[in-house]
Amino acid sequence: MPSSPFITRSTSVSAIMFKVLLALVPGIALYVWFYGPAILVSLALASVTALATEAVMLKLRNRPIKPFLSDNSALLTAWLLALSIPPLAPWWLVVVGTMFAISIAKHLYGGLGSNPFNPAMIGYAVLIISFPLHMTHWLSPLGLGQAEIGFADQLRYIFSGALPPGLTLDAVTMATPLDTLKTQLHMNRPMQEITAMPIYGHLAGHGSEMVAVGFLLGSVYLFANRIITWHQPVAFLGTLFLTAEIFHMVDSGHYATPMFHWFSGAAMLGAFFILTDPITSPTTPKGKLIFAAGAGFLTYIIRVFGGFPDGVAFATLLMNICVPLIDAYTQPKVFGHKAGKK
Amino acid sequence: MLFHFHGGIHPDEHKLESSERPSARAPLPSRLIVPLQQHIGAKTKAIVQAGDKVLKGQMLARADGMVSAAVHAPTSGTVLSVDLHAVPHPSGLPDLCVTIEPDGEERWIEHAPLDYRAMPRAELLAKLQGAGIVGLGGATFPTHVKLSINPAQTVETLVLNGAECEPWITTDDRLMRERAAEIVQGIEILRYLVNPAETLVGIEDNKPQAIAAMRQACTGTDIQIITVPTLYPTGGEKQLIKVLTGKEVPSGVRPLNVGVSCSNVATAYAIHRLVNHGEPMISRLITVTGSVRTPQNFEVLIGTPVEELVKFAGGALPGSNGFILGGPMMGLHVSNGQLPVVKATNCIIVESAQLFPPPPAAMPCIRCTRCVDVCPAELQPQELHWFAKSTNFGKAQEYNLFDCIECGACNYVCPSHIPLVQYFRFAKSEIWAREREKRAADAARERHEFRLLRIEREKQEKAEKLAQKEKAALAAKAAAAVAPATDSAPAAVQPAPAAAESAADGATQSRIQAAIDRAKEQAAASKEKDTDILTPQQLAEMAEIEARRADIREIAHADAKQQQEQQ
Repeated sequence: MPSSPFITRSTSVSAIMFKVLLALVPGIALYVWFYGPAILVSLALASVTALATEAVMLKLRNRPIKPFLSDNSALLTAWLLALSIPPLAPWWLVVVGTMFAISIAKHLYGGLGSNPFNPAMIGYAVLIISFPLHMTHWLSPLGLGQAEIGFADQLRYIFSGALPPGLTLDAVTMATPLDTLKTQLHMNRPMQEITAMPIYGHLAGHGSEMVAVGFLLGSVYLFANRIITWHQPVAFLGTLFLTAEIFHMVDSGHYATPMFHWFSGAAMLGAFFILTDPITSPTTPKGKLIFAAGAGFLTYIIRVFGGFPDGVAFATLLMNICVPLIDAYTQPKVFGHKAGKK
Repeated sequence: MLFHFHGGIHPDEHKLESSERPSARAPLPSRLIVPLQQHIGAKTKAIVQAGDKVLKGQMLARADGMVSAAVHAPTSGTVLSVDLHAVPHPSGLPDLCVTIEPDGEERWIEHAPLDYRAMPRAELLAKLQGAGIVGLGGATFPTHVKLSINPAQTVETLVLNGAECEPWITTDDRLMRERAAEIVQGIEILRYLVNPAETLVGIEDNKPQAIAAMRQACTGTDIQIITVPTLYPTGGEKQLIKVLTGKEVPSGVRPLNVGVSCSNVATAYAIHRLVNHGEPMISRLITVTGSVRTPQNFEVLIGTPVEELVKFAGGALPGSNGFILGGPMMGLHVSNGQLPVVKATNCIIVESAQLFPPPPAAMPCIRCTRCVDVCPAELQPQELHWFAKSTNFGKAQEYNLFDCIECGACNYVCPSHIPLVQYFRFAKSEIWAREREKRAADAARERHEFRLLRIEREKQEKAEKLAQKEKAALAAKAAAAVAPATDSAPAAVQPAPAAAESAADGATQSRIQAAIDRAKEQAAASKEKDTDILTPQQLAEMAEIEARRADIREIAHADAKQQQEQQ
């Protein structure tokens, strides 16, 4: 016998996930504009792999396949992972990362809603630890590399590893702006000289900074649809800004500007699309602030003092571990319990 | 200045379907089924029997105990039965009802207005109880209890609840539009009873005509009509008090503790009918809406079967399937149209698959906290749902499960379509059941320990008696040994023991017989207790005991809470 309430508002998990996918579109469009269509291949590969893995895992776990396969959550994981991997990475890299993310990081922990870690970030972590070399095949922005290859050649390289005769991989790829800064600083080049290099644009890396702007634009759609709250983005970007600002003020010759950190790497993607994943972040407002602030600080530390090219993924995972604890200690007061203890 | 409570939702209102037709008096139904328990608290005691002729307004059952309110005959007629009948209750269990066959004459029992200003408050409150006045906002808490103020308490604000925040329901709207002056007279009586510094009537801004009518009726009085934003559940008692006064009623206590008394506008109207006309609570305004031909409000006699009332509204449209008693957020789904309407029934929505499609299959929680955003009690429904699901009830209580008012807002917004309120009801009833079991187990243990003690004591007593007897026997022997002298003595003495022996035998026999009789009696008694078939009286007695226990429990709970708070 049904019991009250007898009416519901017609939103659904799949609608929410779909809107998040939509919000990624401006960033992806700018990605294609600056780097060519190779990223679309990664996105497609990751999507197909994610859906297939999801279906197999659901079958193995005796769960209904249709409602879960259409919830769009696997697709979202796939897209976030694909956007974190170099577009020229070999096809199996995308496939292995996505399979690991969906099967191990998501389903072995209980599937949708039960995974403690962000599956896309787990996929990224596995790849960067296992295949660090392949994870450096970042395309040069169009017009900046020593050489450019067409879409057909990109496809051939992704699936067969063969480049057009006379070209080396180094000619078509380059280190990321974050990485370049780190290596150049190690070589004791002054900051001003480094940032005057052609790969740097107005705020951070040429091209990549605009992709970050694209994600920032997409976030407007997320806010407008009330899919994310201000807590994680403000706390994450705020802490990242503050930490960077302090170091920059102390020694501007060795530490990049806060703006550089905002628009480099996965900062914007992390702020609006990764740290805002409700499943792997705290549920209380105070908890969300603590969680994202921690991630912002750790991102800076890992970027500047760590060995990895970017810090967002590891910072997210480290803070994911703390979520239950943060939730437990940030429970807000309940109506009727606020009068305080006399 | 208005305040806000946390959260809230704004579902489609669906008020216009029924709100624009004037209310009508529902015709006499073929029979009236009047439940004896229509309020929160102790059951009533029936004072009529099958075959009795009753007059309109005659008492059918008297209040028993403080938290109880009488029940009256809604019309004149013959009592067909006083027996178990299906009633609108979430448990689905039948309850004692007086079934009346109306004689169609509507003959009133003698009744007269009360000169309340010449009456001590306690007497007026007793009149309310005797007239069966209970809160008509939905909880049906006996009004005289709500208005009993101990001398230490002062009421700063009297709040009248005219919010009517649930979709579809329009009874208070119609009542305020059509009978504003009478409501205000009722409010004046309430003011006499609680003597407030200010009186506020809160009405949601989607009822402009009701607001205008009430404003007009209040000119020249101290009563203020306050327009509040339309937001579900503004009509919740603690929510409306927060909106109007900014005061947060602490968990587990009544609004009186913060100097507020709150009643529904329909209750004020009922008080007016009693005091100025002498009429007990035998009818109320009910919205009949949803999948019916002519949705509208009716003045309905308590006990009218749902089906007959729906017929008065032109009948259900094709494709209808069941009824919601109350609103779509907190109402009760029933499929049995034979159920009577009761004092708590403010609305009957005839259901159909178009109006109330079954919810999509539930998906796992994705911790999106849309439920947290709308919860008026500021709870964490997603956490409570995990705890309920994993039967981690201790944790659920720690997260204040019992502050949930079951408004359904969380359920309404959940993108995973999880039946959250069902989980919370389940957890609450499980916790209650476990507490009952624990109390029963404690009582059994105590009984057992006492029995062991008693057996031990009896053993000791027996041993002592035996020792004394032996002593006496020894002493007797010694005496006999000392005096063997005369021969005639034994002859005289000898028969005596035999006689004594036979006398003793007789006494033992009768004692044994008595014991057997007693055992038989006990067995008979206990046999009857074990059967499932209980007479209404026994049921009533049991319920009474339960209710008393519940009261004690509540008091103990409150005490414990206070202690906790003091710590």
